[in-house]
Amino acid sequence: MTAMTNRRRVLKTGAALAGACVLGFPAIGRAQSDKIKIGHLTPLTGFLGALGQYAVLGIKMAAEEINAAGGVMGRQLDVMSEDSVNPATAATKAQRMLEQDGAAVLLGEINSASALAISQVAARNKHLFLATGPRSDALRGANCSRYMFCCDIPNTVQVNAVGASLLREHMVKGKKFYCLTADYIFGHDLLRAAKAFFAANGADLIGDELVATDVTDFSPYLLKIRQAKPDIVCSNLAGNQVTNLVKQYAEFGIPYPIVGFNLNTADAWAAGPDNLSGTWPTVWFHTLDLPHSKAFVAAFIKKYGKPPENHAWIEYITLKMLVRAIEETKSTDSEKLIANFEKGAKFDLLKAREGWFRAWDHQLIQEAYTFTVRPKSEVTDKWDFLKLGPAVPAANQPLESIYPTKEQNTCKL
Amino acid sequence: MFLLEQVMNGLVLGGYYVLIALGLSLIFSIGGVVNLAHGAFYALGAYVAVQLTQYLGFGPAVVVSPVAVGILGILFERFLLRPFYNADPILSLLVTFGLAMVVEQAIRMIWGAAPLPANMPDAVKGAVFVGDFLFSRYRLLLLGVVVLVLGAVWLLIHKTSFGRVVRAGIQRPDMVAVLGIRLQPYMTAIVVLGVAMAALGGALFAPITVVEPAMGGDIITVAFVIVVIGGLGSFWGVVLASLLVGVVRGITINYLPAAGEASIFVLMFVVLLVRPRGLLGERIEKFE
Repeated sequence: MTAMTNRRRVLKTGAALAGACVLGFPAIGRAQSDKIKIGHLTPLTGFLGALGQYAVLGIKMAAEEINAAGGVMGRQLDVMSEDSVNPATAATKAQRMLEQDGAAVLLGEINSASALAISQVAARNKHLFLATGPRSDALRGANCSRYMFCCDIPNTVQVNAVGASLLREHMVKGKKFYCLTADYIFGHDLLRAAKAFFAANGADLIGDELVATDVTDFSPYLLKIRQAKPDIVCSNLAGNQVTNLVKQYAEFGIPYPIVGFNLNTADAWAAGPDNLSGTWPTVWFHTLDLPHSKAFVAAFIKKYGKPPENHAWIEYITLKMLVRAIEETKSTDSEKLIANFEKGAKFDLLKAREGWFRAWDHQLIQEAYTFTVRPKSEVTDKWDFLKLGPAVPAANQPLESIYPTKEQNTCKL
Repeated sequence: MFLLEQVMNGLVLGGYYVLIALGLSLIFSIGGVVNLAHGAFYALGAYVAVQLTQYLGFGPAVVVSPVAVGILGILFERFLLRPFYNADPILSLLVTFGLAMVVEQAIRMIWGAAPLPANMPDAVKGAVFVGDFLFSRYRLLLLGVVVLVLGAVWLLIHKTSFGRVVRAGIQRPDMVAVLGIRLQPYMTAIVVLGVAMAALGGALFAPITVVEPAMGGDIITVAFVIVVIGGLGSFWGVVLASLLVGVVRGITINYLPAAGEASIFVLMFVVLLVRPRGLLGERIEKFE
């Protein structure tokens, strides 16, 4: 009897494994050498997972559009999207994508620490890495790399965008701030930018706490905030930390106004209109009243049944920028692509003004925005409770005025 | 004074860790199964409650959701746990781990990968001052519910004939069998109870945390730590450990915020060094 059960179990396991092989084969068989392969890494789990999910939708849509229009130089694009999980896994996967899967270029990421790890792999292998979502200043500064181009707005720009709005409302000079900061490279970096802003504008930072990225209960921090009695609470958190904070902030009914130097739309949507308040920065928002942006939003909603989040947008425009560079250079060679991006060609970013990569620190120069929360009576649907502010910098000022200058930025390429 | 406030807050926090940890401990104690899918039922409870809130309102949704998930628990026990009670523990570990992943993906397919917004009724929002201490009104309410549930479970386990069989089953399943009592239906009932408590936890936490497919993973780690610290087979061990974890975390964050999350693992380490069976853990023959 036991022998029978064992044999049956062996057979079952064997059948399961055989099934897995059959399912696995098409993926191997599909891989053809005439396709241009893009290694796409982004966090699909963990505190940034909700954002990465949108990134995958965005890049998929861009790739399908490009392939439907005949591909690039007559070749189809093959985007391999994978969960980057954490910096160590991201580096391992990046290496494998370049070495074994034949990726021509790496693209993606949101987590600044993982992006740093991937950029080291890219530099070692001399392949281009387009970092879409990470916002740490260090990636454009001390840790900048010849092989990495950064597409999102950096922390300094986020602080400047929200800061300008706070200054207009007289909420900086002489005010006491209390900061909660995400405890990894991104948060440390954002806190540094925030401190510089506070010091320059006469604000008083009376407390700052580092918060681990896996924290879900903020009640002890909220008690500390109440004890400190600040004028304004400032969030330098990332991903779903922000959602947890604003939900519990509303739950405890803490009376101090809250602002933040980082927020992604998906995390705002998750918090909901009843909980969110304050002024926050953003890189792009789906209500932007421009024909090309609206066309993208309409196509996205038609395909996926919901509006695109800023990570869907950034993956979409980045793949389009890459494709244009490949077509102009007629090559997927990383050195040629880098030279092309460094020429400072203007790209349509679905914003009022075009953007370009700055040659000396490889970051995309573009408009930023702030958003605030609409009063409840104005909210029409669950995607629409945020109100986009005007573009920063104002139309008559140069785009670079909100970015770190050559003197402020330590990048040596 | 401020520290006392953190201690009180920690006790409240510990109060709701209990909901998750107690079920985990009961299922392990009687069935010998480490239920890695416990967090998945917590997540399901949250999602079902958020969904039902749209039709029924918050209060009824919080009641119906655990009942619905509890019914799923019957199937879970019958088809996934039962074949493995007497098998190598590694098998039930694999099965429940697999189930956790299946449930997480199922949630992704049904509700989408993006987190769902979930709100509490405005009536329970805001802070309450008890003397000089600040409490969240919602959490106090939550604590009341937890105390009621705990009381009911304690009565069930310690004051009913049902509970006597369960307790005997934890210590001497062979003896129970010799007396002609089938443990099977009791096991089903305990699994349903444990799973429903996890779902209730999910339903109650939904308004104060992020409702996303992987939310079960966060809570299960803390629940495990609590079960280990409290010790197996002990009702009060789990309660004590939950409160301890909440308080230690609160105090650590007060002095050394960056170490807040690490503190509970240090606590577990210290407790295991001093008392390998946990604070109030009983000696259970079958696990020795």
